[in-house]
Amino acid sequence: MMGKNSQTKIRVVNIHKSFGENHVLRGVHLDVQQGESMVVIGGSGSGKTVLIRCIIGLVQPDEGEIYVDGMEITSLNEQELNEIRKKFGMLFQAGALFDSLPVWENVGFGLRQHTQLNEEGIRKIASEKLALLGLKDIEDLMPAELSGGMKKRVSLARAIAMEPEILLYDEPTTGIDPVIADAINELIIRMREKLSVTSIAITHDMKSAYKIADRIAMLYQGKIIEVGTPEEIRNCSNPIVQQFVEGKSEGPIKIL
Amino acid sequence: MILFVQTLSWMVRPPLQGREIVKQMEEVGVRSFPVVIITAAFTGMVLALQSYTGFKRFGAETMVGTVVALSVTRELGPVLTGLMVSGRVGSAMAAELGTMRVTEQIDALYTLATNPIKYLIVPRFLAAVIMLPILVVFADAIGILGGYLVSVRILGTNPTLYIRRTWDYLEFSDLYSGLLKAFIFGMIIATISCYQGFFAEGGAEGVGRATTKAVVLSSLTILISNYFITAFLF
Repeated sequence: MMGKNSQTKIRVVNIHKSFGENHVLRGVHLDVQQGESMVVIGGSGSGKTVLIRCIIGLVQPDEGEIYVDGMEITSLNEQELNEIRKKFGMLFQAGALFDSLPVWENVGFGLRQHTQLNEEGIRKIASEKLALLGLKDIEDLMPAELSGGMKKRVSLARAIAMEPEILLYDEPTTGIDPVIADAINELIIRMREKLSVTSIAITHDMKSAYKIADRIAMLYQGKIIEVGTPEEIRNCSNPIVQQFVEGKSEGPIKIL
Repeated sequence: MILFVQTLSWMVRPPLQGREIVKQMEEVGVRSFPVVIITAAFTGMVLALQSYTGFKRFGAETMVGTVVALSVTRELGPVLTGLMVSGRVGSAMAAELGTMRVTEQIDALYTLATNPIKYLIVPRFLAAVIMLPILVVFADAIGILGGYLVSVRILGTNPTLYIRRTWDYLEFSDLYSGLLKAFIFGMIIATISCYQGFFAEGGAEGVGRATTKAVVLSSLTILISNYFITAFLF
């Protein structure tokens, strides 16, 4: 899936992050190629969320570097970071839609902030993005009126509205029924094929991971312990990875 | 304090979020109007009753108008308006921003390359500092009117005399010291309430805590700073 001459889009070098006593990330290294779909798996509390928050600059790592298109971002100021963030779209776990705005203004939020488009222009693009995700005639609803699965799709529409180069998915299939979860997986694959974006998804849903990933990385105790294609991960000999992908309670991963 | 400085620095950087400012001005100003009016009317009315009781003992009933006008414009108009608005608007600001924080909406703003201080806090801050003095102007007028009605209709004071006593002793400085207070109270309410909401953590419970703190802290800060502003202008 990756050519030999593929470029590194995102490079994470030796990231450390602690919250008080809790040393969450302990030296994470991760390279994501241009156009690649990377899935980071790991247990609850393994630091997956902190990792993608570092990549988009929501969390400042204590140590280490993050490169986006060769540009080191951990030392940037707020305004420079905002320029980099325009390359990103992010899907939040619970959607994080703006309660006070109707669906179409949620989707068009970035357009309103960063382009000169008028109301009709924004609305039109918002409707297009919603249609791409199979949502019709919901433009004027408020987020509170939507179901969980719809919120996630609207949030995804908002993430792609500015046609980002990089998409980050925080648990895209968690908390929704298996049918919609699969539909979201399909959408993620379609996003990559249609928009040729680079993406990083974090999940503990292995079915989803196998389906959407070009490569899977496993985060355990603050480090990436294994990276490989879905096939390689499935057949990985590392007992920790084995236990996780097969979902067993017995093994080297301790349940406290 | 840092948030206050950041708010000021984002305020001078165009473009301002016009739509958000108008929305917040409606919230802070228009929606608080009934509460402020009722508070001011009854305060003016009770002031007239109480000061009448006192002044009657040494035969100075005609001074009631002066006392009502001075107390309302210098003190009770801005302070009570500030307290009512901090209860009504400060709590709403803290609750809304706090909810946005715990449901990742503030993070979502960052990911959409929008600074939440500029988008959320600056409009609220501007709305509060603009609308509080305007509310106080109305509170002053209604408070004085309330005092007038009680004095004239219930206590039987001569209307002409009452109005003359009000006008003759009311100075422009009384009015503007009250408005200066209102302006500062607006800053206090917006800064404290936004701070509490913006840095809320710990789910629904945290939002509740932030809301309570916003109201208690901004009310206390209003009462304490009121003394110092008065002492400074004395």
